[in-house]
Amino acid sequence: MEQTELPGVAASGARTVTVTILYFARLREALGQSSERLELPVSISNVGALRDHLRTRGGAWEAELGAAKPVRVAVNQDMAKPGLLLADGDEVAFFPPVTGG
Amino acid sequence: MTVRIQTQDFDIGVELERLRRANPKIGAIASFVGVVRDMNDGDAVTEMSLEHYPGMTEKALEAIVVEAKSRWEIIDVLVVHRVGVLQPTEQIVLVVVTGGHRGETFSACEFVMDYLKTRAPFWKREQTPEGARWVDAREVDDAAAQRWS
Repeated sequence: MEQTELPGVAASGARTVTVTILYFARLREALGQSSERLELPVSISNVGALRDHLRTRGGAWEAELGAAKPVRVAVNQDMAKPGLLLADGDEVAFFPPVTGG
Repeated sequence: MTVRIQTQDFDIGVELERLRRANPKIGAIASFVGVVRDMNDGDAVTEMSLEHYPGMTEKALEAIVVEAKSRWEIIDVLVVHRVGVLQPTEQIVLVVVTGGHRGETFSACEFVMDYLKTRAPFWKREQTPEGARWVDAREVDDAAAQRWS
């Protein structure tokens, strides 16, 4: 019998969390992409852990998302702190401090 | 309350008249216009482009206006912010606050601009003779926003 995969549930039955990640301005340019969808490894539960995870990609990721860089994060279009927990379907945006007006 | 993000220019005269005629209780209108300068950090700026985060921008600006209305006795707020490519001397942003008296409208207008500069997701990129560069956030803008908290 063919197995149907439910949204948010892996074939193994474990719950999965897939988020959409957006990058803006200097980050978008340096990372060479404006968005991606990412199924989070089970060890990643919050915003800070996601940033750490992306940094392990090395190169520009490591440089741009390093702890010393003033990166801002929004989840579902509200500013978010590193401890904010991520849920399936969340929209997570990484960007530099804003400079409008 | 009206929040608009647009590429086209705005006419401050038209906007002020529309707000003024909308409510006979208005006794004061405070407005601010931000303009593209031809110089930044000692370098000539020949062109500026503005990027934003569609959806979050409107949400953030609406939250700022709601906050202003809770702090001051004002009647209405209009925010118009342009995105895209702009030349020196062009208008970037318009904030208009209407109210019964000048004190509250002046304060609320300044508050909306200070919060916009630190909370609304816009980013400026400027073209200089040495090439294009992203504009860095300024500490004085953080300090300006801090004084309202």
